Amino acid sequence: MLSRTAESLFWMARYIERAEATARLIEMGRRMAMLPGAYGQEEWRSVVAAAGAGAAFDAGARIGEAEVCRSLILDGDNPSSIRACLDRARNNARAVRTALTADMWEGLNEGWRWLGGVEAETVRRDLPATLDRIRSLSALFRGAAQTTMLRGERYDFLSAGAFLERADMTLRLLDAKYFVLLPETGLLLDNRDRYRWISLLHATSAVRAFHYVYRGDFDPSKIAHFMILNAEFPCSLAFCYGGLRAALIRLANRYGARHDCHATVEKAVLQLQDREMDDIFDEGLHEFLLEALRVNARLSGELSRAYHF
Amino acid sequence: MFDEMTGDGDGVRAPYSDIAAWIEASGIDTLRRHTAEAEAIFRRIGITFAVYGEGGDPERLIPFDLIPRVFAAAEWRRLERGIRQRALALNAFLQDVYHRGEILRAGIVPERLVYRNAAFEPAMIGVDPPGRVYSHVVGIDIVRTGEQEFQVLEDNCRTPSGVSYMLENRECMMRTCPELFRGGNIEPVDVYPEELRRTLEEVAPAACDGDPAIALLTPGPFNSAYYEHSFLADLMGIELVEPQDLFVDEGLCWMRTTQGPERVDVLYRRIDDAFLDPLSFRPDSMLGVPGLFDAYRAGGVTLCSAPGAGVADDKEVYVYVPEMIRFYLGQEPILQNVPTWRCSNDEERAYVLERLDELVVKEVHGSGGYGMLIGPHSTAAERAAFAEKIRHDPEGFIAQPTLELSSSPSLAEAGVAGRHVDFRPYCLIGRTIRLVPGGLTRVALREGSLVVNSSQGGGVKDTWVLAE
Repeated sequence: MLSRTAESLFWMARYIERAEATARLIEMGRRMAMLPGAYGQEEWRSVVAAAGAGAAFDAGARIGEAEVCRSLILDGDNPSSIRACLDRARNNARAVRTALTADMWEGLNEGWRWLGGVEAETVRRDLPATLDRIRSLSALFRGAAQTTMLRGERYDFLSAGAFLERADMTLRLLDAKYFVLLPETGLLLDNRDRYRWISLLHATSAVRAFHYVYRGDFDPSKIAHFMILNAEFPCSLAFCYGGLRAALIRLANRYGARHDCHATVEKAVLQLQDREMDDIFDEGLHEFLLEALRVNARLSGELSRAYHF
Repeated sequence: MFDEMTGDGDGVRAPYSDIAAWIEASGIDTLRRHTAEAEAIFRRIGITFAVYGEGGDPERLIPFDLIPRVFAAAEWRRLERGIRQRALALNAFLQDVYHRGEILRAGIVPERLVYRNAAFEPAMIGVDPPGRVYSHVVGIDIVRTGEQEFQVLEDNCRTPSGVSYMLENRECMMRTCPELFRGGNIEPVDVYPEELRRTLEEVAPAACDGDPAIALLTPGPFNSAYYEHSFLADLMGIELVEPQDLFVDEGLCWMRTTQGPERVDVLYRRIDDAFLDPLSFRPDSMLGVPGLFDAYRAGGVTLCSAPGAGVADDKEVYVYVPEMIRFYLGQEPILQNVPTWRCSNDEERAYVLERLDELVVKEVHGSGGYGMLIGPHSTAAERAAFAEKIRHDPEGFIAQPTLELSSSPSLAEAGVAGRHVDFRPYCLIGRTIRLVPGGLTRVALREGSLVVNSSQGGGVKDTWVLAE
């Protein structure tokens, strides 16, 4: 397979994941901003930070729902916006049309055309519906890939991109909100904190799943555990690394060669298996998240070097 | 004026009997509904024509006209013989001008037309491409002016486009109007990609041992024909490569893959000569594959079409194609040229300048329907401006009579009405010649218009060749 094809598949998957995660982040911001006593601008500011779009706003600029939606959904000039993500996903898809199944292409193409025609006014009037549509767009694409794509090297590069990006988005979401999760011993927890934790779960569409696994208590330690160490939750770091590792092992078996990225992902998976949430809190959640983000960046670089793109 | 469905009179010609009955039975609303369905399909699949930098929607649909254009079996037999004959002669001409130039020595084609032609590639002199084939896909634009009168308007020897529309138009018709195909009387066209792949395999270079690896070389997603490139690569099961995916090493061409370099033997290139190889053609170009041309000359890789193939298809060389057929094949041309006046000739120029109001004047190196004067539809000011251009650069222009192109029933604003059409078949030349029964019919959707180019409001139709 052409290296450029592998690269395009990898990045196409990343951009689609990023578009979806950004939609979830905005959903989280919307909920947080509605809480009694919310800091308003602060909540939206953390959404912007998690989406990696801090540079799109001036330091003193007002950041509210309208500004965030304008910038993060429709502004094609902001590289972190959903529109820019879908533009790039589609450009990559166009460059490898022959590597995609018709269902995948049509799903992505239709979603892209729809978003291209969406007006700012529509988003303002019905934000939840717009966000739902964006999420269903990526669900459709993923479903098409799942059911129509040959389980060959193309699928492996696509999965690798998707898992790496999802891990990245979970880490950035946690990092933007990590202070909410820090154990505040001695302080009485108020409802507002509880709501903010729930919002974190909303950002990963995982409220019910959390209840199912942890039986109700919104304890910050459990939420952090869920999002980092729980290997059953599809947005958790452990799950994403597991998926990435599986994709890379399939490639190694296919090509009969292992590379640096294989060693790195093995190590990352093993380290998470032995971790307890308390250790992570002791060592510092923020430091842990930053280190994991660095590992992700390294993985991405090693993967492109290994496969010549 | 000849109409494909009714001929010169009111009756329905035999090949159109099914179409006429279908139009009648469906009614205009059903036809419009099917058209809308077809457009939705084209949009969804992404069969678009990319036009960047002109504003508006960068990815446009070529309008699809639902009512097919039909050739009877006997008509096709004659066309087929004429097309094959012409494609052979054009390749013989290319072989000749890059070797001894017999036709020039014989004084049949003026040397100036070849050696001073911008498309002539001196580096090709003495090169022997595999099978002595230069132009592997020849697109011949044919118009009809009467029951028996077919004339060639233009040849395309470089990388003619549009064949994806031939294939997709048929797919779309079979999907939206399956009832039309129940009789099993229409020759299929879907073998084209297979035939193209075989043609390309047949011209594998000397250095290739084993199964030739073929790739389609595209300039990339921003090229207007990118959809076609990806579509054909997909149907042939070959890689779609861009220049940056390729490199030349030790006289062979390689593509960069996830497992390191892999050999490429044959490149079906849909990229202009100028952008093939910066070392040979255009040192200022950032595009292309350095060293590709040397690898080609040394027999390490085959380029289809050969660099310099364009010297056979400009509008002035065109005048001599009937002579080429006589010279190389010793046959009389089966398809006629349109009478053409060359403005480079003093007498012919004088004739043209006197009759600008009735002739069509074209730029010798123009394409896409641009740079044209259609005399009967022009204003006095336009004619004066053109006369000036012709006097300034006589070698740059030719003129032809304004042809009454045949019309074919099409879906217009007011209902079904005749619109002018032309026809482009795609002839494949490898060790053998292959011609799929069909081609692309372009239609000028504006009433009375003679310009069928998609850049100027033209659309496309499915084209049927009826079985015996």
